[in-house]
Amino acid sequence: MNSPGPVDTAITYLDHAASAPMRPEAIEAMMPYLRDQYANPSGSHRFARQARQAVDESRDRVAAVLGCRPNDVVFTGCGTESDNMAITGAVTRLGGVAVCSATEHHAVLEVVEHHGGVVVGVDHAGRVDLERLCAALDEIVAADRSVAIVSVMTVNNEVGSINDLEAVRRVVRRHAPGALLHTDAVQAASWLDLRQVTPHVDLLALSAHKFGGPKGVGVLVENGGPKINPLIIGGGQERERRSGTHNTAGIVAASVALELIDAERATEVVRIAALRDRLVDELCARLDGVTETLDRTEKVAGSGHVCIAGIESEALLFLLDEAAVCASAASACASGAMEPSHVLAAMGVPAERSLGALRLTLGHTTTDADIDRGVHVVTEAVERLRSHTDRGIA
Amino acid sequence: MKVMCAMSGGVDSSVAALLLRDAGHEVVGVTMKLWGGDSDTGCCSVSDVDDARRVAQQLGIDHLVFNFGDDFDKHVVDPYVAAHANGTTPNPCIECNRSVKFARLAERADLLGFDAVATGHHANIGRTDKGAYMLLRGDDPDKDQSYVVHMLDQQQLARTMFPVGGMHKSEVRELAASIDLRTADKPDSQDVCFITSTGGRTSFLGDRIPFNRADVVDTSGMKIGEVESVEMVTIGQRKGLGLPGGGPKRYVVDVDTKAQIVTVGADRDLLRDRLTVRRMAWVDGPTSGAVLVQASAHGTPQAATITVLSDGVDDHVAVVWAEPQRRIAPGQSVVFYDLSDTGVLGGGIAD
Repeated sequence: MNSPGPVDTAITYLDHAASAPMRPEAIEAMMPYLRDQYANPSGSHRFARQARQAVDESRDRVAAVLGCRPNDVVFTGCGTESDNMAITGAVTRLGGVAVCSATEHHAVLEVVEHHGGVVVGVDHAGRVDLERLCAALDEIVAADRSVAIVSVMTVNNEVGSINDLEAVRRVVRRHAPGALLHTDAVQAASWLDLRQVTPHVDLLALSAHKFGGPKGVGVLVENGGPKINPLIIGGGQERERRSGTHNTAGIVAASVALELIDAERATEVVRIAALRDRLVDELCARLDGVTETLDRTEKVAGSGHVCIAGIESEALLFLLDEAAVCASAASACASGAMEPSHVLAAMGVPAERSLGALRLTLGHTTTDADIDRGVHVVTEAVERLRSHTDRGIA
Repeated sequence: MKVMCAMSGGVDSSVAALLLRDAGHEVVGVTMKLWGGDSDTGCCSVSDVDDARRVAQQLGIDHLVFNFGDDFDKHVVDPYVAAHANGTTPNPCIECNRSVKFARLAERADLLGFDAVATGHHANIGRTDKGAYMLLRGDDPDKDQSYVVHMLDQQQLARTMFPVGGMHKSEVRELAASIDLRTADKPDSQDVCFITSTGGRTSFLGDRIPFNRADVVDTSGMKIGEVESVEMVTIGQRKGLGLPGGGPKRYVVDVDTKAQIVTVGADRDLLRDRLTVRRMAWVDGPTSGAVLVQASAHGTPQAATITVLSDGVDDHVAVVWAEPQRRIAPGQSVVFYDLSDTGVLGGGIAD
């Protein structure tokens, strides 16, 4: 097998929302479980018990950061699995309709649509519109149906907006008292204290690789005990809520990364917000026709999102890629092609403006030099695309 | 040169990328995501994108996917559906080449600083003594695709490359196999990429336009049968008309979607002395005189004399056949070749 060489240090990585670089501490923490501690944590010998202890301690660490009981933490294979488990598990357990906001990640949106659920509109910032949520829930109840689950993301993955889950919870409890409230918090862990979120929800999904852990580890919190059916059935691991042999190394690394991000969050949010502000401010100052998609007071610190007039994202991303600047626009489909953003469409951003969408997301490794280079490369690329178009060649 | 190679995931474009790389060009492979619906052939399925990407990885070149789905819908699928509704017979692969591959993709390549776009088409590009570009048939007579790329003009030809045009298909496959390219034995795509083999044309169109029944009449106007969907009937068609078997062969000689009448007749009733071709594209400017005319992807070229006419709105071409020819279905692409049958002069759409 060809193994790739070390990543070019010249890379400017502004795509943390797609995947964050792993914390060195998390890599260190997982190595013993890849190399020496290979026993199955569900085994009955001493060697297995050591692995089991590592999983149990990881669960404690995760619970402490999330503000839930350790027994309510279920380790899964990824954030998408956690979202699927929440929605499918609720629908099959409780019956009734699944409801979500229009700007959810596909891991939620597609599942809700698969179950014939209801998608609720959002406000200008991509947050669920509470009035429309009330109306949707009332309509379901009025039709003599019940609501199984309402899913509203904590932080939007494209534009970084933050939902007020306390308010969402009040609406759900009043208008559909039997429904569970799930939140996809995959983009939240680095930026928000989840202890302030967990109390408002019944279910909460995380993905380790978004906060410096490895890929292939997700978390679903079932706040207050089992509420839904399992998605994966088999050997009964995770207290019969998620079967399948534990990914010991991944779980350990995920918990270490989460603990670190939690400990550093207060200072990192300030540092990274300042970097993000400079990035977006300089782009807006150097280029005409750059619109910041969302006011910064309405979004998390690591998220920069702009729409650039007169260019197409696909072309811009090619030039950024050539200059070793990693960024993104909207989500990609199975073929790898960029899809028009359902998030921007739901927010009411005109199609011609969202054509030039650019998402720049920052994280724990982002430096001042990354911002300097990002501003320089994006500015040059946009100017090049525009000058070409102006000359009438394209 | 910096070359963008359109890679469909088939063997021809895989080898095109290989040849460009080995010729020392800076090559980036691009697969276009064109069709969002069901597909089992052609270049849009995820497994074809996977093949293209894996070939690019093996060749050590970058690979990207561009989403031109909106352009494809607007310039290929919608006109395809509209043409059927109007009773004409479109050629969507040619419209894709005209409006997407050699327009949208070529513009994108230009914008991104590429010197040329290459594809895996079996056609050749040459130069005249005076330096003009010529669009020539591919070297493999069975695989020649000059017909489907006939719309390229001088500006486009200057920035287009057909690396496998000088090869026979067997050589392309041998070269691919010699370096173990995974696409070496992949079957040629045959059909329109957005029509599935299970659903077919009828199901695709049936989901998009209402079908109207029509009377089937003979050349004297006497009703002899009925078809359920006049939109599915094509000039020259013999089967699927619900007519009793036996007797002389009968062909569709005319389709009138508005009046909902399909006229059938004998082979000789299909014969025409002349033809009008519109929406002309010329390789190196309009030309009149004796030519060879090809009216389908692998049709036999027929001798004719062409005259360029203008009605003030649009140049069109009057074709007078040397021998009467079967009527060309309106909407089909008609391509003119020089008398040596090697070079494309231009082409357009049968009236």
